Amino acid sequence: MTLRAERVSRAAGGRLILDGVNLSPRPGAMTGLLGPNGSGKSTLLRLLAGVLAPASGAVTLDGRPLDRMGRRDVARRVAVVEQQADTQVELTVLDVVRLGRIPHRRAWAPASAVDEEAVAEALARTHLTGQADRLWHTLSGGERQRVQIARALAQRPRELLLDEPTNHLDIQHQLDVLALVAALPTTSVVALHDLNLAAMYCDHLVVLSEGRVVASGGPAEVLTVDLVAEVYGVRAEVAGTGPGGRPHVRFLGTLTGGPTGG
Amino acid sequence: MTAVGRVAPGTPGTRAAGRRHPAWAAAGIVALCASVAVAVTIGPADIGVGDVWSVVVAHLGGGTTDVTPIRDGIVWDLRLPRTLLAAVCGAGLAVCGAVLQSLLRNPLADPFVLGVSSGASTGAVLVVVLGVGGGALSVSGGAFAGAVCSFALVMLLSHSLGGTTDRVILAGVAAMQLFSALTSFVVMTAADAETTRGVLFWLLGSLGGAGWTDVWTGAGVLVLVLAVCLGYARTLDAFAFGQDAAATLGVRVTRTRLVLLCATALLTATLVASVGAIGFVGLVLPHAVRALTGPGHAGLLPVCALAGAVFLVWVDTLARTVLEPQEVPVGVVTSLIGVPAFVLVLYRTRRAR
Repeated sequence: MTLRAERVSRAAGGRLILDGVNLSPRPGAMTGLLGPNGSGKSTLLRLLAGVLAPASGAVTLDGRPLDRMGRRDVARRVAVVEQQADTQVELTVLDVVRLGRIPHRRAWAPASAVDEEAVAEALARTHLTGQADRLWHTLSGGERQRVQIARALAQRPRELLLDEPTNHLDIQHQLDVLALVAALPTTSVVALHDLNLAAMYCDHLVVLSEGRVVASGGPAEVLTVDLVAEVYGVRAEVAGTGPGGRPHVRFLGTLTGGPTGG
Repeated sequence: MTAVGRVAPGTPGTRAAGRRHPAWAAAGIVALCASVAVAVTIGPADIGVGDVWSVVVAHLGGGTTDVTPIRDGIVWDLRLPRTLLAAVCGAGLAVCGAVLQSLLRNPLADPFVLGVSSGASTGAVLVVVLGVGGGALSVSGGAFAGAVCSFALVMLLSHSLGGTTDRVILAGVAAMQLFSALTSFVVMTAADAETTRGVLFWLLGSLGGAGWTDVWTGAGVLVLVLAVCLGYARTLDAFAFGQDAAATLGVRVTRTRLVLLCATALLTATLVASVGAIGFVGLVLPHAVRALTGPGHAGLLPVCALAGAVFLVWVDTLARTVLEPQEVPVGVVTSLIGVPAFVLVLYRTRRAR
């Protein structure tokens, strides 16, 4: 059992953002959440994190509705990495990673050995051990994202939610971040824009369009010429030429026009 | 805890991880005690530390003093409450500033960002100039009532505007403008020259009227609010990356914001009601202290309180002695001294972005 969304809906400004979405990520696997801008990916992640409440339907953690659990209890299980995090506070890498222990610590109590161990482990896992004293504002975008993942790991989550963690990163750091997440034993749900990155790293894909799930399954099942045309309005070729025989999408142009015409 | 590697301290872009808040806190306590003891001896009447000590001991029931009654009065009824109130105000304003800067994620936030000071001035002016309350309401009472009204307006406004942190700040700005205008209106239309001068002095902040009641009230509220804020120290750390990030770290954002806004507003209102709006301490001291202790609130808040207390004790001593026998409003001196100090802090912590 893990995190599940059951027929969740959510509206904003009179428009349905999510319309009866079901999602049950497989324990220990990496689930990719795909879909165009405004398809509801971020909103779904925020519902899964318990930051937003669904208007109807329910998000459950091990069968318990999230809104009946304390915020701290949720934060000990589910960690979130946002698209882009920034702060005005002068924090070191170590300070940021230690934030991950907040849900585990009581007010007034000093950090325990378990806290320090979790922080050291998170730093080691993200190869940041030697950079613990660097200041946040001196880090590159890729390094910042790695630090946020380390902070999330310090929470010792069993579920990890990432909202377009590769945005604004160069290709090396995109691969680096996703390989790191894929290697984790945690159940992860990752919203992604890049179909090929999703195909390379995710075990399972869910495609959202206008707030509804339009496809789900393994990368090879989901990523088809028809789906790309229907959901994104883009003409493409799909071949099994990605790493490990995974699908690779080559874009040819939009349906309404584009480089090679009609 | 072993595995965390250390980069040599002083390497650009790093900060030595071993921070010394206990050392700073201890230094602060020593500096505060020494400052109060010395500040009380400074003034037109020549009184030594020994005299001060014997007066304090005598009043606390530890025997008699051979200090003359007049000098005893100067120490016990004038200088000591004034110096202690300066310490309480400095501590309270600095802590409120630090908490609000973190909570609202705005380095320009200060204790008056919630409109408390302008509400207080309107309340005070209504009592002094128009005689609202018919004598039953003291100036401090009127100021406190005004501060509470203004804070309530800010909370209502920000709630109906959506309740996010930037809305809180905008609502505060709106309230500040409204109450400043009301104050000016009342002063310009109804006050004579003498009252105007008194009101202006109060608006700029003055510790001149300090009495033991002010000290005990202020100290009581300060201890209470400081304890609440320290209980929320780690929660405040969680706001570094914004309120959504705080929520995913297990923080109940709405409740935390409500508790901390009310606590800081209560402390600010209490202090402003007795001494007027002393600017700058709450804005600048937290930045200076962060440079010493690092950003963790468990270390930052106590050191802020001590630094603010020491700072205001000395600024007030300067304010009452520099143009003797005339007194300079302490708010004017905080800014005159504070601005160069602030620039120095910014200069020392400047960094290549």
